Amino acid sequence: MTEQLPTDKTEQLPPGLQLEKVDDRIMTLNVGPQHPGSGHMRIIVKIDGDYIVDADPDPGYVHRGEEKMAEVRNYLLNIPHLERPVIHDSCNILYPYVLGVEDIVGIEVPERAKYVRVIAAELNRCVYIQYWLAIYGIFLGHSTMFMWPAGDRELLIDLLEKMTGARVTHSYFIPGGVRNDIPANFEDVCLRQVNYFEKRIKEYADIFYDNPILKARTEDTGVLSAQDAIRLGTTGSVLRASGIDYDVRVKEPYDVYEELDVHTNVLKDGDSYARSKIPWLDMLESCNIIRQALEKMPKSGSVRTKLKPNPKGVGNNEVYKRVESGRGSAGMHIISNGKPEPYRVKISPGSFRNLIALPYLLKGEKLGNMPAVYWSLNYWPVEADR
Amino acid sequence: MSSTNSQTNTSKEDNKEAPPKPAAEKPAPPKPAAEKPAPPKPEEVLPAFEKEFTDRIVNQFTDDVEVGYVKENRTRINVKKEKILDVAKFIKDQTPFDHAESVSGVDFPEDKEIEVVYHLGSYTDNRYSKQVLALSTRAPREEIPNPGNDSTKLPSLRDIFYSVEFHERECFEMFGVYFDGHPDNRRLLLPEDWADIPPLRKDFRNKGR
Repeated sequence: MTEQLPTDKTEQLPPGLQLEKVDDRIMTLNVGPQHPGSGHMRIIVKIDGDYIVDADPDPGYVHRGEEKMAEVRNYLLNIPHLERPVIHDSCNILYPYVLGVEDIVGIEVPERAKYVRVIAAELNRCVYIQYWLAIYGIFLGHSTMFMWPAGDRELLIDLLEKMTGARVTHSYFIPGGVRNDIPANFEDVCLRQVNYFEKRIKEYADIFYDNPILKARTEDTGVLSAQDAIRLGTTGSVLRASGIDYDVRVKEPYDVYEELDVHTNVLKDGDSYARSKIPWLDMLESCNIIRQALEKMPKSGSVRTKLKPNPKGVGNNEVYKRVESGRGSAGMHIISNGKPEPYRVKISPGSFRNLIALPYLLKGEKLGNMPAVYWSLNYWPVEADR
Repeated sequence: MSSTNSQTNTSKEDNKEAPPKPAAEKPAPPKPAAEKPAPPKPEEVLPAFEKEFTDRIVNQFTDDVEVGYVKENRTRINVKKEKILDVAKFIKDQTPFDHAESVSGVDFPEDKEIEVVYHLGSYTDNRYSKQVLALSTRAPREEIPNPGNDSTKLPSLRDIFYSVEFHERECFEMFGVYFDGHPDNRRLLLPEDWADIPPLRKDFRNKGR
């Protein structure tokens, strides 16, 4: 990739840190990891004038070894740290782990707990998307779109606080159900807040999604065709913005999603505008799901099956579970060898899977379009690094 | 749990999409789901739809592949590392699996082997959308690893399933499995000057434990 300088000093440096030969035409630009426009990651961009000729994402600045930590803690102690990769969406990132452990240990979940989980997961999805939307707005220079989602997000955070006791890191899902029951008259409060929330986010269309300036900036930038979306193995909003109808909640329903009417939002354009619109449509859909779940939820009953202390599986066993998180399919591959600790936990989150599209989309774009393309990937660096 | 739900759903979908073939062996059309006496399963009936495509792969490669398990929506095929490219090509061309969802490395120090599991999924075919096929192979493991220069090598599937590119880079740095034919075998998450053994191997000691 780069030609090394023929000095002895260069050869002593570790790989990746050598000096690069200066080109008189192509300039190398390091975006991040301290740059606010990149999150906790570095993108090494090569530009020719104003056009990007090569982009090389360099994640790993917030790698915390979650998978290694999971191997020395038992199934229950793993819950709080496994949600750390994406604390704004902590319910959804824990979901595949909890479903997998239920399979390994062999526990049944009460019906009411399944509905409570779905409500918490959908509320959490909206909370995550609002956070992402705020960042997307501010990096396109739209300050109002930073303030509005950041403010409206509080409505749902308050709801989740009532449910789980914590504002962000909930640790709410456990194998066998949820940690505690929802408070009395929660249904009424939830319905009222969600209805108001839906009314609010519908107003985003006027100020953001129908805004001609935003459209001019994001339409036809970073176009990903349907064929390439499949080939690159993208997931979630990136995939659905390219016209592929795939949502794990519909295609492989878990818990009670089968009994709810879930509509998959698909757009055909595959550009940054479509990718930024899909999460917003998902939020509206989430409001529908929450209303349905509130209506169908059993009004009383247990919300957790009591676990034995130190639950463990029998013999060698492995499961691969996946759910639809705010950023696409989140998969967990859990291998058990009959001990209280898992033998191996592999997390395959949506952010990591969508990262592969970034160099592909940036090639040939103008440098000024980089934030619009990068943030439209719905990428969360901490989740990708795990 | 959710397995009973998805089972009824499979049968519904199969009956709709592919009428004649699976209907004969299907254990549960809608009726038993309503009665719910399901828990004790009398005989081991392999799910027909999953069995059909695994059999196709096994018939093609007979002794070189071994079926790990065939479960509802999840199947696993173990392949010798010499044949992994052929099997992956066959799966890509002859079945609707078109992308890799995850590539997990698993360290087995007792067997002196490192296993790499590719989880494949399908976006193009609706009948396969809930299937995940685990394709696994094993590389020899050395006591003192020297990533890239020892015998821990596997052929890369990147030319067949493009989506494994970053997953294989991660597997290389975390387990020291070098993927022959991968165009970009650099580190991804670890720092460039990482000087310890690959950290997800079982003999890497967590600090403070």
